[in-house]
Amino acid sequence: MADVAVLPADPASAFKRAQQGKSYWRRVWERLRDDKVTLAVIGVLVMLLVMVVFAPWFTVHDPYTGSVLRRLKPVGTPGHWLGTDEVGRDLWARMVFGGRLSLLAGVVPVFLALLIGGFLGVAAGYAGGLVNSAIMRLTDVLYAFPSILLAIAITGILGSGLQNTILALTISFIPPIIRISESLTTQVRHLDFVEAARASGAGPLTIMRYHILNNVLGPILVYATSLISICIILAAGLSFLGLGVTPPSAEWGLMLNNLRQALWVSPLVAALPGVMIFITSMCFNLMSDGLRQAMDVRL
Amino acid sequence: MSVAKDAALLVGAPRSNVRGKLGRSTVDTDRGELVGQTRPLLAVENLTKHFALKGGLLNRTKAVVQAVDGVSFDVQTGETLGIVGESGCGKSTTARLLMHLIPPDIGSIVFDGLVVGAADGGLSHRELHRQMQMVFQESYASLNPRLPVAMSIAFGPFVHGLAKPAALKRAMELLEAVGLDPMVFANRYPHELSGGQRQRINIARALALEPRLVILDEAVSALDKSVEAQVLNLLVDLKAQFDLTYVFISHDLNVVRYISDRVMVMYLGKVVEIGPVDHLYRDPQHPYTQALLSAMPSMDPRRRTLKAPLTGDPPNPISPPSGCRFRTRCPFAEAVCETASPALLAPPGEELRAVACHMHVPGSGHSRAATMVSP
Repeated sequence: MADVAVLPADPASAFKRAQQGKSYWRRVWERLRDDKVTLAVIGVLVMLLVMVVFAPWFTVHDPYTGSVLRRLKPVGTPGHWLGTDEVGRDLWARMVFGGRLSLLAGVVPVFLALLIGGFLGVAAGYAGGLVNSAIMRLTDVLYAFPSILLAIAITGILGSGLQNTILALTISFIPPIIRISESLTTQVRHLDFVEAARASGAGPLTIMRYHILNNVLGPILVYATSLISICIILAAGLSFLGLGVTPPSAEWGLMLNNLRQALWVSPLVAALPGVMIFITSMCFNLMSDGLRQAMDVRL
Repeated sequence: MSVAKDAALLVGAPRSNVRGKLGRSTVDTDRGELVGQTRPLLAVENLTKHFALKGGLLNRTKAVVQAVDGVSFDVQTGETLGIVGESGCGKSTTARLLMHLIPPDIGSIVFDGLVVGAADGGLSHRELHRQMQMVFQESYASLNPRLPVAMSIAFGPFVHGLAKPAALKRAMELLEAVGLDPMVFANRYPHELSGGQRQRINIARALALEPRLVILDEAVSALDKSVEAQVLNLLVDLKAQFDLTYVFISHDLNVVRYISDRVMVMYLGKVVEIGPVDHLYRDPQHPYTQALLSAMPSMDPRRRTLKAPLTGDPPNPISPPSGCRFRTRCPFAEAVCETASPALLAPPGEELRAVACHMHVPGSGHSRAATMVSP
């Protein structure tokens, strides 16, 4: 090789740039920076997260102590600027604390389903053959039930509570993630660059790591973020049906359920938890759209 | 430093290693006699791949596609063997079989005297991939869209144990060798390059493991004519520079004529004719080769090809015709062509060539067989 190529005058910087391999993410960031809507949406989500994590700093009231004297005060009441609920608890305090459970029940199941479903889907797609058939046919069985029905059935059997809600939602989100990751992997696996990698003598795990995952993970992640909004709504729905978290816990879906009876007395107050669910899920949806665009390397 | 040591390991090790094995094996095997003569770099014997088409409820085999059927040929060190034929004749399948991307049903591949995949004393597939590399037709699909091109080139050496910085250094050298400025191109992504540039990257990637034989599967077919010429010249230069041997697969007869030393013509998974490029182009012997060559557009407008030399598509490889597979489109087909499959034999007086046609076998029963021999 020595007699062949003459190295460029300063190869060091070129190596460095090629070696980093991070410039893909730098490019994603550059595209994201120009997308004001997505940035704003991410900003809202970050604010929400900060608010939820540091909930006690954002309210002076305790979300669990009510007073019969202050039941169903309207929005704008001095001291309770978002009013109070049916047992006289400060609504703002409950919204802030309720976000903890709602976000937890919205994000954790998707994250768990992403780990399990992503692994199974990529494995099925890459292995093909019998492994693929086994995993995909089992997925089809789960797929036959609508996810809300599946979640209701699971919590119905296991009983209500946060843990069971998360478990039920995780199970109901695994099939779609398996589907997506399996079909993406199958597509990528048959491309020539995977053949070329095999032709250079690489084993399956090395090919998976350097050639499959980086082409598959982005789209799967984007899909998963779009599931978060659905998951929040489903979690709220389970609570609403009395299958999720139990009173007196603060959770947006549960609050919506409890305030339902007060809809005619204090409609604005009753609708507020729904507004929070709406804003949060819409933000996650818009964020996944923005990420999808920013991460498409070919644009 | 360890980087330099790794580089030396990669450059020096595979060849000396193989030669070392050879030295031992040639003494006590019957291949010993070959050493004195010119032993082919690659010897393919009776390579066969049938794909089963499965379907139905029980996933039973419904039909068998005879993609490659009993193909045998040699490639000498330093030569370029061109493989031509219509789409679906098994060219690409042959390439994939040689690279062991798909396992053959039967048949043996002997690389530099070592049987590929043999249990002991043979060449492991991993070792084969160091010695033999392939350039794919589709320049875009054969590069990972999420990796900078330098990483794609460096991947092979990296897999074979070179440290990442050393592998990237090697990628830089190869970019230079294929005529792309490393400072400009190393960190680019495939979609930021033109077709010609991408194919140069693919060539660099194939050379990264210092192979001795490179299979070019329609490597220039998808390029513009001007770019195609540049890449062809690059291939010729690289061959001299790195002492390469090429197997050049194409459907473009002009390109094959330009680059090849010998040409092999395939039809429906079988070899119909093989021979030195000048002989074969000047005096094609198999009716299929004749038809193929007369299908080349004439450079002279007054000698336009007015009548299509061959009509229709080749028959379905699922149930190929009995006997000679070309007989359904052959103007000279006779009864014997239907019953017996012609063997690939050297026509009388020409040792360098081989034709699979009854017309060139005296006493085969074909009415033209006698007349072809007598002059």
